[in-house]
Amino acid sequence: MQTSTVLLVLVALCIASFFFARRKSHAVAHGSGGLTTLHSLPKHYGYMALAWAGLPALAALALWSALEPRMLEAEVVSSLPAEVRALPEQQFGLYYNQILGYASGGMNAAELDEVQLAAADRYSALAARFSWLRSALVFAVALAGAVLAIRRVQPALRARNHVESIIRWILFSCSFLAVLTTLGIVLSVLFEAVRFFQVIPLTDFLFGLEWSPQMAIRSDQVGASGSFGFVPLLVGTLLISAVAMLIAVPVGLMSAIYLSEYASRRFRTLTKPVLEILAGVPTVVYGFFAALTVAPLVRTLGESVGLTVASESALAAGVVMGIMIIPFVMSLSDDIINAVPDTMREASLGMGATMSETIRKVLLPAALPGIVGGILLAVSRAIGETMIVVMAAGLSAKLTANPLEAVTTITVQIVTLLVGDQEFDSPKTLAAFALGLVLFFVTLLLNVVALYVVRRYREQYE
Amino acid sequence: MSNYDNTTLIAASLKKRYARERRFQWYGRFAVFIGFVFLIVLLADIVSKGMPAFTQHFIKVDVTLDADRLGLPENPTQQDYFGADFGGVVKASLREMFPEVSGRGDKKQLYRLISVGAEYDLRDHLMANPELVGTTQSIWLRAHSEAGSYLKGQVSRALPEADRKVKDIQMDWLDQLRRDGRTQSRFNTVFFTAGDSREPELAGIRAALQGSFFTLMVTFLLAFPVGVMAAVYLEEFAPRNRLTDLIEININNLAAVPSIVFGLLGLAVFINFFELPRSAPLVGGMVLSLMTLPTIIITSRASIQAVSPSIREAALGVGASQLQTVLHHVLPVAMPGILTGSIIGMAQALGESAPLLMIGMVAFIMDAPSGVTDPSTVLPVQIFLWADSPERGFTEKTSAAIIVLMGFLILMNALAVFLRRRFEMK
Repeated sequence: MQTSTVLLVLVALCIASFFFARRKSHAVAHGSGGLTTLHSLPKHYGYMALAWAGLPALAALALWSALEPRMLEAEVVSSLPAEVRALPEQQFGLYYNQILGYASGGMNAAELDEVQLAAADRYSALAARFSWLRSALVFAVALAGAVLAIRRVQPALRARNHVESIIRWILFSCSFLAVLTTLGIVLSVLFEAVRFFQVIPLTDFLFGLEWSPQMAIRSDQVGASGSFGFVPLLVGTLLISAVAMLIAVPVGLMSAIYLSEYASRRFRTLTKPVLEILAGVPTVVYGFFAALTVAPLVRTLGESVGLTVASESALAAGVVMGIMIIPFVMSLSDDIINAVPDTMREASLGMGATMSETIRKVLLPAALPGIVGGILLAVSRAIGETMIVVMAAGLSAKLTANPLEAVTTITVQIVTLLVGDQEFDSPKTLAAFALGLVLFFVTLLLNVVALYVVRRYREQYE
Repeated sequence: MSNYDNTTLIAASLKKRYARERRFQWYGRFAVFIGFVFLIVLLADIVSKGMPAFTQHFIKVDVTLDADRLGLPENPTQQDYFGADFGGVVKASLREMFPEVSGRGDKKQLYRLISVGAEYDLRDHLMANPELVGTTQSIWLRAHSEAGSYLKGQVSRALPEADRKVKDIQMDWLDQLRRDGRTQSRFNTVFFTAGDSREPELAGIRAALQGSFFTLMVTFLLAFPVGVMAAVYLEEFAPRNRLTDLIEININNLAAVPSIVFGLLGLAVFINFFELPRSAPLVGGMVLSLMTLPTIIITSRASIQAVSPSIREAALGVGASQLQTVLHHVLPVAMPGILTGSIIGMAQALGESAPLLMIGMVAFIMDAPSGVTDPSTVLPVQIFLWADSPERGFTEKTSAAIIVLMGFLILMNALAVFLRRRFEMK
């Protein structure tokens, strides 16, 4: 049976158990003197039976579906001749995939040998049997749960509390998903990164000055060993982020100051949403803008004053990234400037200072920690931004601080290493996970520091 | 007399201070102005590049639909039509229109006026009207994208011939066709009905739109319920302890994790570990839902918090359980705010492309996916793919796809603003 059919039958079983349990509750209530003798409403008994029928069965289904491919593989592999099983891992994987391909109807019989065909037949037969076993298991669990729940229906049973505690657990597991996601991220990147560091020493990665992740296919090829020095990527990332900050911080901060301290209410309510459109523009659009409009423009401008500008200059990517971050800096600084108590403003103005003097000498110093925190958050955004740099920055890892040259970034390298065909045992692919690990921890660190600073700053005025 | 001196000093400095004040204000105005300029330049650039893509040129060709030449037997079957030589007939018709053209090179240039897809259009036309076999018809055939761009006035003769794909001789023919009234500009329907193609004039966003739709559907079905339930738990039930703190810290951090890292998670966990299909909207939706969950949880919590405590107390006071209070009273009031946040989260997911590159949704997809496990791509990734193509026809398509994408985003954000307004009025 297909998964969708199993699920549909399961839903039907759940609904049926709901009605059975509700009827049973009516019946037991009649036996003991009316509905008021029940602890809970009849529908709560129904919900309880529904949960008992559905939840364990769903868990069984998930568990079985997760284990099935492995069990099938184990069964089929054990029936293969010994010389096939002795094949090297990669060849064997290919061999087994051909069996799977034939069994699912995706390959011709002509491409396979006798043994494979027999194995494929065995696979299909087993898969059919497993599918029936799975349905039987799921329905048995569902029925058992429903029967158990319905048998327990008694006036004294606290069905509502029972159902509520089940729901509470579901709610909890939903929020716990956040922890699982973080754990999943850390483990998945860490696991592959550790495999990478088994091949490439950690020190070579952290302090190497050259990045060219080409691994030779044969060991006697020229340039056989790729080099995985992470420093040029870091420098490239920081260079582009620095250009972005040079655009975003002055424009964002000054706009925030003007809008919150000078502008009329009307101007403010009209302007802010319009500028925030910049935050809603998808990054791929910025990437297109950077690659096709800003980069040629920067190049022509540079050449007209006699500078050599790479066609994928860090400047173009950085400027566009800065434009993207303007609203982010603006709304963060806006929040922070507004958090400065009015008493400070009024005291300064009352002493005869002009508004700009108040802002520069009172508001900004008071808001400085918060603004620094906001800028750190913006930097972490710039470092993690992918599409703009993938489309507008280069691929060659050059160690330079000149924004007119082409540099590459961490995210660009992750994308180029992972898009396309991958083998999961080459250092080239694993390097992407090592870069991901670095990216995750750098942005995490920046965020934690920034949030801490911002929070401390807020507490100061509360 | 020092008192008097101070006043004069202050009076003397006032002018300077006021000037500085005015300057400072101008800096502020200038910053806001710069922001506006960036926005306007960005939008104007995209719109001006993309608008031409919504029209397409057709060329009227007199086609002799001779059965022998086509290789069609009497009472042709579908198979016969698919085997017929429509390409040859189109070429022959072009040669008849310009009998003076000779030489292989020139003929090749001549054939390049018409799209390679024109023969299939012709085939479909003939299959729908089999009685036309044996007649000569004036048929509007789709122009090649380069010829189209000349007809749209995007290529100038002033450019050296080597630097452009439309050659001088083709321009002469096209000018002649235009004088004869044999060219026509029509609304580009292919752009909305076709999938990706190697030829710009045949490429469309249909497959990508459908992929985006499926991906977003999976994202919403996963992220919305889970996000709302998580928010309810954290706001209404969670005890103050270490575990709750851990969950909250995690949510706040996930909101700031770069999106590409979620792609790495999807690749390692969903594809390599659980062996789910690559390039599928199912996996894309799962990755995007993990990415949007923090947004939905944070905004849902804010709007649950905003529900006035009197509602809660009234419900609890008449004997409702905590869960009943939340489900029957708090959530309905908070729902507009939760929906607003979810729509904004969905808009983010619609524009996202980096994590989807990681899980292989970056493929050449010609046919629209019909389910959540079919290989597909999404609109932003299609934009990314087209942006990489060197043909000028694709630059135009890219901008047009961006216009469509932005149109959807504006729609979603407008919906969110509308909901928020209604919510605030209450």
